[in-house]
Parts: sequence; C-alpha cells; structure tokens
Amino acid sequence: MRDRTGIVLGLGAFLALAAFPVWHALGSDAERARPELERAVEGPACVEDTLFMTAHHQEVLNAWRTAVVRTGERTYVSTSGVEHEMSLTGTCMRCHADSQGFCERCHDYAGVTTRCWNCHVAPEGS
Amino acid sequence: MLQNAFRGGARFWTLLALWALLIAVGTMAYASQLTQGLTVTGMSRDVSWGLYIAQFTFLVGVAASAVMVVLPYYLHNYKAFGRMVILGEFLAVSAVLMCMLFIFVDMGQPTRVLNVLLHPSPNSLMFWDFMVLLGYLVLNLVIGSVTIEAERKEAPPPRWVRPLIYLSIPWAVSIHTVTAFLYAGLGARPFWMTAILAPRFLASAFASGPSLLILLALLVRRFGAFDAGREAVRALGTIVTYAMAINLFFVAVELFTALYGGMPHHVHPFAYLFTGLEGHAALMPWTWAGQTLGVVCAVLLLVPALRRRDAVLALLCGGVIASLWIEKGLALVVTGFIPSPLGRITEYTPTAPELAITLGVYAVGGLMLTLLYTLVVNVRKRLQPA
Amino acid sequence: MGETRRDFLTGLGAAAVAGCGLPLFDPTRWLQASVAPGTAAAATQWAMVIDLELCRRDDVRRACMDACRREHNVPAIPDPDERIDWIWAEERQHVFPDLVHEHTAVEVREAPVLVLCNHCTKPPCVKVCPTGATWKRERDGIVMMDMHRCIGCRYCMAACPYGARSFNWRDPRPHVARDAEGKPVSDYPTRTAGVVEKCTFCAERIRAGREPACVEAVRAVPGAAGALTFGDVTDPGSPVSQLLRHEQTVARLVDLGTGPNVYYLVSRSPVAAAEGEGA
Repeated sequence: MRDRTGIVLGLGAFLALAAFPVWHALGSDAERARPELERAVEGPACVEDTLFMTAHHQEVLNAWRTAVVRTGERTYVSTSGVEHEMSLTGTCMRCHADSQGFCERCHDYAGVTTRCWNCHVAPEGS
Repeated sequence: MLQNAFRGGARFWTLLALWALLIAVGTMAYASQLTQGLTVTGMSRDVSWGLYIAQFTFLVGVAASAVMVVLPYYLHNYKAFGRMVILGEFLAVSAVLMCMLFIFVDMGQPTRVLNVLLHPSPNSLMFWDFMVLLGYLVLNLVIGSVTIEAERKEAPPPRWVRPLIYLSIPWAVSIHTVTAFLYAGLGARPFWMTAILAPRFLASAFASGPSLLILLALLVRRFGAFDAGREAVRALGTIVTYAMAINLFFVAVELFTALYGGMPHHVHPFAYLFTGLEGHAALMPWTWAGQTLGVVCAVLLLVPALRRRDAVLALLCGGVIASLWIEKGLALVVTGFIPSPLGRITEYTPTAPELAITLGVYAVGGLMLTLLYTLVVNVRKRLQPA
Repeated sequence: MGETRRDFLTGLGAAAVAGCGLPLFDPTRWLQASVAPGTAAAATQWAMVIDLELCRRDDVRRACMDACRREHNVPAIPDPDERIDWIWAEERQHVFPDLVHEHTAVEVREAPVLVLCNHCTKPPCVKVCPTGATWKRERDGIVMMDMHRCIGCRYCMAACPYGARSFNWRDPRPHVARDAEGKPVSDYPTRTAGVVEKCTFCAERIRAGREPACVEAVRAVPGAAGALTFGDVTDPGSPVSQLLRHEQTVARLVDLGTGPNVYYLVSRSPVAAAEGEGA
C-alpha cells in the first residue's frame, strides 16, 4: 500500500493521543487515592455483601425496577434470606442517605454519570 | 467510486456550504431542544405532534414514490426509465433518511431510541414503521449502489440484486401504508380514522414524489449534464397527472362523506380547515391556497401540450408539491388533534427552533441527495466518450 | 486502495451491525429468581366509581386533585398548554357528549366531572406503544407506565380517546411542590423532560395494601363518603361491583370498545341511599 509510513505514523499518533488518560495517570497520585465513601448510617447490613454490591448494584437495581414496575412485586429475598422492600429511595437510601457522599464519590472517580437523581428523590440534597 | 461523490466545481461546493450552514443552525437549535426539552417547540398537551411528524409523513410518500420508476422499468421493461431509475432510488434513500431523522428529533428521550429494537412491540404500528423504514433505506442503498457500480464497470448488475429490486416494489407500498395505518387505526381521532387514508397517502405520494423527481431530473440535466431522458420526464409527468387526479377525487370523497353525513366529530376537523372552528382558523388560508393550487395544477396537467414543455411542467410540478406539502406536511397531522378528545381547540404554530431543526434535517437530506446525484453524474461523465 | 478499501469498510459495517446485538445478552436475568412473590393485594382488575353529584363539590375535587399532585410530585406547570394532570375536572358536556343535548341546562352541561386514566380493558395506548413503556399489568389490570423505557414518542397521547395523558415538555423539577426544607413533598420519583405520564391507580400504594391517594383524601372530606369508590371489579362482593350492579352508572365513550374501568354514578337508588351504601 502507498503512503504506508504516513498511515502508520498517523495511526500511532492517534492511539497515543487516545490512550493519554491511561498512560498519563499511571503511577501518579490520582491513581493511589481511592475515593473516600461516607459510611452508611448504623443499621442492618446491606442487601448483599459489599463486594457484590460494588460490582453488581446497577444490575440489582435494574432487576428491582423490572420486578416493581413491570410485575408489581414488592419483596426481595437476599442471598442470606433477609427480606427487603425493593425501593431505591425507601430501602437503599435509608442507610446510604447522602448520595453526594456515597454514590457520587465513586461515580465521580470512575467518571460515570448517575442519572438516578434526575427523577428519584435523593434524601439529602440532589 | 466514492470519490465521484465529491468531485465538483464552485457551484457544487457552494451548495455543500449552504447545506452545512443549515445543518449547523439546525444542530444548535436541536442542542437547545435537548437541554430544555420539547417545550422549545410549539406542540402542546392537546396537539402533541407537529411539524416534525408532519414532515416525516410527507417524506415517506416521497420515498415510496421510487416505486413509480422501479416498477415500469424492472417489471415491465419500460426502457425509457433506464437513466431515471437511479435518480428515483437515490431520492428514496435521501427521503427515508430524512424521515428517520424527523422521528428522531421529535422524540422526548432520543437516547432511548434503541428501546424499540430491544423491546419489540408487534402490536404497535410505530414499531413496524421503524422496521420497514430501516429495511427500505438499506434496500435502496444496496440496490442504488450496486446498480451505479455496475454502470461504472459497464457491466450488467449482479443477479442477486434482482430479487431485491422486486422486493422493493411491495416494500415501497408498505412503508406508506404502514405510516397511514399509524394514523388510521386510532378511534380517538375521527379525522384520521378513515379507510381511505392509506389510498390517499399513496395517491398523494405518487403525485408529489415523481413531481420532485421531475424537478430534480431537470436540475441535473441543466447543471450536471446528466440527461435522464425526455421520454422519462414525460412519462413521469403523466404519472403525476393521474396520481394528482386520483388524489383530488379521494379528497372529494372524504369531504362528501364527512359533510353530507353531517356527524359533528367528522365535520369539525374539516370545518376547522376550510372555515375555521369557533373562531380558530389558523390553517384556513393554507387550506384554501393548497387546495386551489392543487386543483389548478391538476387541471392544467391534463393538457398534454402543457406537459410537454419542460418549463411549464416544472412549474406545475412545483405547484403539486406545494399543494400536497400543505395537505400532508401541514394540515393532516395537526388537524387530527383539533378538536381534542375533550372538545378543546388548541392551535399550533411552529416556533423558530422547530423551524430551524426542520430546515436542518431537510439540509441533511439535501446534502445526501447532492452527494448521491453528484456520484451518478460523475460516473456517467467518465463513461461518456471524451 | 481500490477494492480493498471497500472490503474494509464493508467489514467494519458488518461488525458494527453485529455489535448491535450485544445488548441482547442480558446479565440481569439471573437476578429474577431472587424476587419473592408479591404479598400485596392480588386482584384482577382494579376499578373506580366516581359519584357525579358529589364531584360537583369544590372541596371534594380539591381534596382528591391536591392529594394526587402531592403524592406523586406531579408538577404544576404554569403554561396551560404544557400542564400535567393525573386527575382533574372537565365540563360534563365534554366528558359525556352523549348525555347532554341542546336543551340541557347550562349548570348541568358545565358541571365539573373528575376525569383520569380509565385503565381500560382494551387500552388503545398500550396497543400503540412501540417499546412497551406502557402496558396493562396482568396481576391487577393497571395500565402502568415505565418511565425508564419511555422514549417520548407521544403515540400513546394520540391514541388515548380520553385525553388522559400528559407529556413532560420541560424539566418538571422546578414546578414540583416543595416542603419547608426545599425537598419535593413526596418521595415518589419525579419524572424528567421527555416522558409521558398519567394516573397509575397509585400502583405503589396498592402494592402496600393501601388505596389510591385520591380515594383516601376524599374520605376525610365531611359528607363526601362515597364520592370515589375503589375496588376489584372481578370480585362480586367488592363495593365497586355492588355499586355497578345496583345503581345507574355510565362510562366514557363506551362505543369505542376500549372497556374503561372508571365508572360514573349517575344517581343512587332511594333504598340504597337510605341504607348508606357505597361508603
């Protein structure tokens, strides 16, 4: 192919530019600083264990949404056998009351915008 | 081959710049619609569909009209349409693209548009409209590009494109029938709920689409040295004449049924259009202008001597398009909501952002059409002996 | 690059189209098994009977309209063309065009009637929704709204013959009533711009075994017992079924075949009125 050098150089420059956020932050302070989460108010344990919730909380919320809105279900039985009412504001936010101090800490860090509070009423601020 | 779409002189680039400008303005207006919501439009709780959906309805007709060239040429070997067919198919591509864009800009939550595919709802005509429009776009893109490619190579098109071409014929009819069914199946809207809506849509499509095609063919002959053929233009003129006559007959049938029958909820929408209703008459001047223009053009088109003269034909086709645009792209959708189910009359006036977005979408279609037609013109130019 | 560029682009296009199929692999399916069967009242078709005479009273209408707006953070939009109403009042001549004629007295033809979503048995709005964002729930017959799925196409608004649906033309949050601390008066999720909303028969309250907010609010209005009756129309013993069997009731636009489940009590029979039935 013609212009092989130009194409390869151009592709290389593009990849370097596109990967900038990755290699720029490597080993810097930002990478070492994990988000500080406002701990939940004293109360019973979360619906599932922390590691599971960190990875799958969105899927749990989606399943709850489908059950509550589409089927009309109300109760969720956790893997430990505890029953919870399926409600973001009513159950989750009862303990994790400060969405700014809890949800947004990780979401800001990860750069994932939460759209929950556009509709759902956050207990503290919005 | 694609480079052919971008080869042109000063006029070509000026046209592209014009489209780009309109698209830029439309995009800015759309940004304001995205941030503030559809409140920037003139739609309301009573008139919940407006200019966007009306343009979509008009353009589906234009897209479907490609069948009026495809059918005679491929099914009945009407050789005169040989060079017109590609223009018709690419017009269909541009029109369907605009249709889909108009639906997109009308949505309150456009980022969720894929929900239509993720949660298929065969009970909904809108789901089917989405499907058939997508299919028709792909179909015409494939057929158009394969045939122009074949022409560039000066070889017959591959055999597998034939069944696709035959498929595009009922498919074209289906896209406009499905769109008509969108409206005609609603018991809540007596103005729309008429069995003749689908035939009316098809008749007006086969009048407005070929009219537009004639105008484009004449433009391309004038500016692109691409002659689609005098006989082809003449045949299209005949098609427009008959289609317009049938469309006027259908309108008369609708008027008779509603007015002679005298039932208030059938009469009221027509009264709103032609005489005004309870002091509201925003569409009255448009209705009279549109219908008068339509009748005049239809009658004049009946005269073969007039049809034979390109300048006159172009003028009459322009009149047909204007008349049918008023009928479908302005009156039809809005009047369905007047009066509302609770007897209220809320009128509708598009706002400036709405108009800007509409022009922007038209500019996208115009850009697409310019590029595709330039492709055709350049391919043809290279084939001609120097 | 000639043909190979075309092949490359074609391949890219094919990969993009194939990639669109990825959302079809839904990881949340395995979560469904953990959901316990509902403990809320499991009925087959919720219905409502509205007393035409009682809803002429301003205090009755105010009570139920205010309760609904408060309960669900329904915004009060100043522009009437963009208003959002779940339950509101219209003139009788517009609600029941068949029940009035040219000689009907003005105070009768213009009498206010409470209107809301009828939760039809054959809802035209459900028929036309392209995403299933509105559907008729099997367990309780409520025509429900899924605000997460609605794309805001407004086809349902065109299809509803009762004008029961409202669209969020703008962000509703600024127009939602606030309490003293500036929070929305209810915990019910407000909606965003771009989705359609309507009465849901207080599905979340029914799930908890309570009645709709409007029905409950009207109970507190002195002398308005029976203005709104709510119950399961498939249960012959429910107050709704008894009213429908024994009294004169009408429904809106019956000849359209939608099968509305909101009925209107035209008058109570003297015997029934004396016995205080319908409380």
